[in-house]
Amino acid sequence: MDEIFGIPAPLLFGQLLLGLINGAFYAMLSLGLAVIFGLLNIINFTHGAQFMMGAFAAWMLLNWVGLNYWVALILVPIIIGATGVLMEWLMIRRLYKLDHLYGLLLTFGIGLIVEGLFRNEFGSSGLPYQIPPQLSGAWDLGFMFLPVYRGWVVAFALVICLATWIVIEKTRLGAYLRAATENASLVQAFGINVPRMVTLTYGAGVGLAALAGVLAAPIYSVNPQMGSNLIIVVFAVVVIGGMGSILGSVITGFGLGVVEGLTKVFWPEASATVIFVIMAIVLLARPAGLFGRA
Amino acid sequence: MADGMVRAPGADVTGELLAVRRLEAWYGESHVLHGVDLDIRPGEVVTLLGRNGAGKTTTLRAVMGLVGRRAGSIRYAGRELIGVRPDVIARAGIGYCPEERGIFASLDVTENLMLPPVVRPGGLSIAEIHDLFPNLKERAGSQGTKLSGGEQQMLAIARILRTGAKLLLLDEPSEGLAPVIVQQIGRMIREIKARGFTVLLVEQNFRFAQTVADRHYVMEHGRIVDMVANAELASSLDRLHQYLGV
Repeated sequence: MDEIFGIPAPLLFGQLLLGLINGAFYAMLSLGLAVIFGLLNIINFTHGAQFMMGAFAAWMLLNWVGLNYWVALILVPIIIGATGVLMEWLMIRRLYKLDHLYGLLLTFGIGLIVEGLFRNEFGSSGLPYQIPPQLSGAWDLGFMFLPVYRGWVVAFALVICLATWIVIEKTRLGAYLRAATENASLVQAFGINVPRMVTLTYGAGVGLAALAGVLAAPIYSVNPQMGSNLIIVVFAVVVIGGMGSILGSVITGFGLGVVEGLTKVFWPEASATVIFVIMAIVLLARPAGLFGRA
Repeated sequence: MADGMVRAPGADVTGELLAVRRLEAWYGESHVLHGVDLDIRPGEVVTLLGRNGAGKTTTLRAVMGLVGRRAGSIRYAGRELIGVRPDVIARAGIGYCPEERGIFASLDVTENLMLPPVVRPGGLSIAEIHDLFPNLKERAGSQGTKLSGGEQQMLAIARILRTGAKLLLLDEPSEGLAPVIVQQIGRMIREIKARGFTVLLVEQNFRFAQTVADRHYVMEHGRIVDMVANAELASSLDRLHQYLGV
């Protein structure tokens, strides 16, 4: 059990775990993007900045207000989600009648502004965020050491993805969402306040990004670029999984994280590009994505 | 709303459930309705007949608030609906079944059936709906759009029967269906009339319309140009043929 395919087992499992961690963030972020795109028809380029805002909000709560990680896990998605509600209400809703491109430009611009503001205020070197004491340390699994916090991130992300999937596929609210994604005006003619539902859906997608940001704070250093570094890969994940497919984004997110991790072991030079190579191949063979409806 | 109002909603002073006056409607720049006047009394089945493009579908969509701009007056149960959002119009008690049926592909039959929220008491129960449409019970778990055209039409009507809406707007329920299915839909419309629903029905097929309706309005160029009671239909056939070009 020392070597697998000539690779030391601890290295292999270490990269697999790293892949799962990254995959957990890919999955949570692409999930929010998929939900927002499905209902609003807007590609939310502010998503990375909102993820970063989530991490910063956790840091501010801890350092300025003295509220710990566990409180942040609940409060931050609500606070940042509320900024999303405001943003949809003030700006995004004015663009629904226009081409997708306008929504993309607006959200991209807002993302740049937010990132710039945080860089001005906090610099770009990054701020530390301690792992909460309940989740520090590591488990000895026999074949490797698993840092508790990393195991927690993967498990928590899985639960969030599963919960989101249940809400969308198995509940009445989810049926409204799916129906409005197909034909919003008919759903409204049945008595549902669709504009309000759209606003809250955007808020929920943003809240999901912020929640991922809180999870990320103790792993990555809290810095203004943390979102934009990640979001490029997440967009590739969304393209590979298929725009608007919930289950597709989750499976693709975790799957590509693992693929990326394994590539680091077997062909380290390719690890930064492997996802984009897969994206190119998928786009050529199945333009709607692996799980998308053509 | 007082309890007494539930049974006979909106019987206002003049007795109409729906009173449309000088209704104009636009899609973007194009002016489609040019002053529609019509009245529907509680419990009536009334059709809108007319050629393609006469404005029948737009009249239904305008009542639901689904056109770009509206002017004139639409009073439902005495309440003005111009300037009111579609979801609020639905909650006032109007059920809408669009021409393309609007069955959702990402929802199964039960989810499609349960989608429209109950807006007031008095709708049919699921058991009553399954009695009326046994097929929907058998196919409860199927994807909505996997149903046959006739079953999709039944589903599209069934889902607005359970909401408690008293006025149903049905857009060409007979379109594209086999004669035996059209007969079934006719029976179903007579059944829901017997249960006290009021129906405004858009039809091209006036042979079908005469088996279900009390009165017929004829539309041309975005206006109502004639009204024929079903009892006088036989004596008015020549006139109708001229309007409809059949």
